[in-house]
Amino acid sequence: MEDKIRVYGFKRNKDLYLMMFPFLVLFCIFVALPVLISIIISFTDFNLLQFPKFVGLSNYRRLFLNDDIFITAVKNTFVIAVITGPIGYLLAYLMAWLINELPAKIRAILTIIFYAPSISGNVYLIFTIIFSGDPYGYLNAKLLEWGIIDSPILWLQDTQYMLPVVILVSLWMSLGFGFLAFIAGLQTVDKTQYEAGEIDGIRNRWQELWYITLPNMRPQLMFGAIMSITSALGVGDITVALTGFPSPNYGAHTIANHLLDYGSIRMEMGYASAIAVVLFGMMVFTNLLIQKFIKRVGT
Amino acid sequence: MASFKVSTVSLEKKQNLRIKYKRAPNAFIKFFTNTRSNRSVWGNILLVAFLTFLAFLFLFPVIFMANNAFKPLHELLKFPPDIIVKTPTLNNFLELRVIFQDSVIPLSRYIFNTIFILVIGTAGQVIFASMAAYPLAKYKFFGSEVISRIIVLSLMFSPVVTAVPNYVIISKLGLIDTYWAIILPAFAATLGLYLMKNFMEQIPSSLIEAASIDGASEFAIFWRVIMPSVKPAWITLFIVSFQTMWGVTGDMYIYKENLKTFSYALGQIARVGIARQGVMAAVSLIMFLIPTITFIIAQSNVIETMTTSGLKE
Repeated sequence: MEDKIRVYGFKRNKDLYLMMFPFLVLFCIFVALPVLISIIISFTDFNLLQFPKFVGLSNYRRLFLNDDIFITAVKNTFVIAVITGPIGYLLAYLMAWLINELPAKIRAILTIIFYAPSISGNVYLIFTIIFSGDPYGYLNAKLLEWGIIDSPILWLQDTQYMLPVVILVSLWMSLGFGFLAFIAGLQTVDKTQYEAGEIDGIRNRWQELWYITLPNMRPQLMFGAIMSITSALGVGDITVALTGFPSPNYGAHTIANHLLDYGSIRMEMGYASAIAVVLFGMMVFTNLLIQKFIKRVGT
Repeated sequence: MASFKVSTVSLEKKQNLRIKYKRAPNAFIKFFTNTRSNRSVWGNILLVAFLTFLAFLFLFPVIFMANNAFKPLHELLKFPPDIIVKTPTLNNFLELRVIFQDSVIPLSRYIFNTIFILVIGTAGQVIFASMAAYPLAKYKFFGSEVISRIIVLSLMFSPVVTAVPNYVIISKLGLIDTYWAIILPAFAATLGLYLMKNFMEQIPSSLIEAASIDGASEFAIFWRVIMPSVKPAWITLFIVSFQTMWGVTGDMYIYKENLKTFSYALGQIARVGIARQGVMAAVSLIMFLIPTITFIIAQSNVIETMTTSGLKE
């Protein structure tokens, strides 16, 4: 099944290693080494100027026992991630699946419409106007006009509304690479399986989804899961753009925000690294767990 | 003679168009009526209605932004606000030009910075990622399994995790306030390598073996056999890289004003208060349109590449 060439001779190997060399060097410097450094620095007190001083587990102790804002950040990140991760993932799959049956041209147009929000750029800044706290903010203006509210709501300053708004915008942006992978994966499912299913008594599209489509798409489901989990737990740019930094009363403060606060403003690199290591652990652990889970689907 | 030729061409074109227009609604009507036995017509109608509704919901902010970009000031400050612009004007875009005329660094400099970073960063990423993807995709050798696993693992965390040590490394390498602070880390992005590798795995090994019997070196095989046959993959990688590099502000690593990017400059303008709402919308529209247009052009290639994007068990 696996179509790969085995090579033993050094001459041929040499060329192959040579081809990988530039990428691997850059990968080591900018991806692998930083992870290792993060872990090491997280056990030290380091301010960029003096040589790091080993302090053992004290950064972690402070993080979990003495830093209320970190606990708030963890809570906020969890609330955002637990909602935007799974819902964004399901939404991406659902949309890909629903547009899959449409004629090719319409499918192409809908793909662009749904994918467009996640294309980089700062389109989401428009939400600062839609949810603006003064009466000229679009939502407030409409609600006032319809008589639903008497005074404008501070959507982006009131801790009660900040998280829901961030979640809404994250969901709006959640149809990214995973979504594209799903669209592509759906097109590769063998058509004869559907015809066979039709004869074997699959009565509607829901049964077809469960018995034929999903088991055929496991590789794409796993790829999409990685994309969703990583971006859901790494949420940070949106909260800064919408609610400011730091957000009022830390109402939308996330782990990524906390990390950059200590890493690039307070310059407590040791402490920032401890936050990074915790976030790294959460991302990798959740990903590995979900991979195990998806492997079992349909078996 | 010449005029005769032109007229036949246009006649052909007209006929093609006629066929095209005849066919398009047919495909759609067919979708509603003549579907498979386990599909209900009402289900199809409901599906289309639902998707139209959702498409509008997704488009709404973009429509709002695009209209704001063309609104004159009195319409921007109107209460209650309208979505659709009544008297469209280019004032917001013109004001953008005025702002840049007043700034110390000319607009052309920001655009040059972005283009430089985009071209070098994207080209480098495509070349280095493809070169590394080929051995991993088609050969089994000492270390190949381990490297592949590490690549997948590195997809599982986002760059924010390594922001702090990256800053340390980049400053130790003396790259602060150079383009390379943005370009070099972009070369090491693993998503591109991952997509390339998966796509290359589809190439039959016999093709490579035949070429190597003919005496071609690995580099020659890579350049003449592999790269031409994975065109959709490197177009996709180009698009992916373009989308990320386009939005890069580099404000962590670049402090010299004359080295900053176009998106940084636009972001600074957009940040200034409510009176510039229209300018901000104009800025967002520019930021949004360019990567979106590149995606539209390359869409079919992207989808083709994504068919192999799955994670193997």
